[in-house]
Amino acid sequence: MDKKKRLGVQAVAALLQNADFRGFFTGRVSQIPTKAVCVPGLNCYSCPSAVGACPIGALQNALSSYSFKFPYYVLGLLLFFGALLGRAVCGFLCPFGLLQDLLHKIPFFKKIKTFRADKYLRFVKYAVLVLLVIVLPIFVKLTPVFCKYLCPSGTLAGLLLAFSDTRLFALFGSRFMWKACILGCVVLASVLLYRPFCKYLCPLGALYALFNRVALVQMATDPAACVGCGKCAAACDMCVDPSKTPNSAECIRCGKCMTVCPTQAIRYTTPLHRRKQTEDAPPAEE
Amino acid sequence: MKQRGLFFALLVLSAALIAVGCAQGQPAAVLSKAITVCLECIGIG
Repeated sequence: MDKKKRLGVQAVAALLQNADFRGFFTGRVSQIPTKAVCVPGLNCYSCPSAVGACPIGALQNALSSYSFKFPYYVLGLLLFFGALLGRAVCGFLCPFGLLQDLLHKIPFFKKIKTFRADKYLRFVKYAVLVLLVIVLPIFVKLTPVFCKYLCPSGTLAGLLLAFSDTRLFALFGSRFMWKACILGCVVLASVLLYRPFCKYLCPLGALYALFNRVALVQMATDPAACVGCGKCAAACDMCVDPSKTPNSAECIRCGKCMTVCPTQAIRYTTPLHRRKQTEDAPPAEE
Repeated sequence: MKQRGLFFALLVLSAALIAVGCAQGQPAAVLSKAITVCLECIGIG
């Protein structure tokens, strides 16, 4: 997919998820009833303009409440988004993903494509999902652990809220400083690396990654058309080789590989509409 | 074929979970949390 088109989709999605601008003038979070529904991406509901609930925040709140009830509703919505889109949510709908994309456009003398520990650090997001989002909130009541100690989206929401109501600045203490440091690290890392938060820390990305092989939005490489030139793997910012694993858990469906493929061997597909030569088949030998 | 079956199974399961959650009033719980400032999220609480 064309880069500009994707950026347009991301911008519209971010605006739709943050469509109530009144909060920026009143210094209060939006009170509209659409906040009963979770948005697909990471978008803190304490952002003054948010019109939906953050799925990760809502899940932790349900798990950490004293009157524990299995979070059918939030899990159902997450399953729905995952089954339909998988990590296409990360590539097209997540406002925090858009922020990282924009930060990565800032010119810097050397961008880092990958490094030695990269493939190991990719597993950290699964640990964040299991420990900070699911296990700890069950045992530490009334504490959304991921939001409290790690989530940079919430820190950004806090800053936006504080600029709308400056009295909040007086309340910022050591925990805010900790979270601001994390946000600062993510911002700096995003300039150097492509989407570091999505690759290493995002629990929502970890969850959607589990659906990439069965979701409605998939990618496939035609082994008859693939000439094995390796341009797709070289172009992929998430370090996936689409000619070998088009439905890798790391693929955010940005479509960059499709634009660089000289033989148009890579395409979007769905499990409902399959051609003969489909995904995860080895490329043809030259 | 297997993937198609799994996709539809996930859709049905998600619809069932959402329906059960709605019947238990869980959207109201999500809303009540989402319309107040989450102090933990912004680094105060």
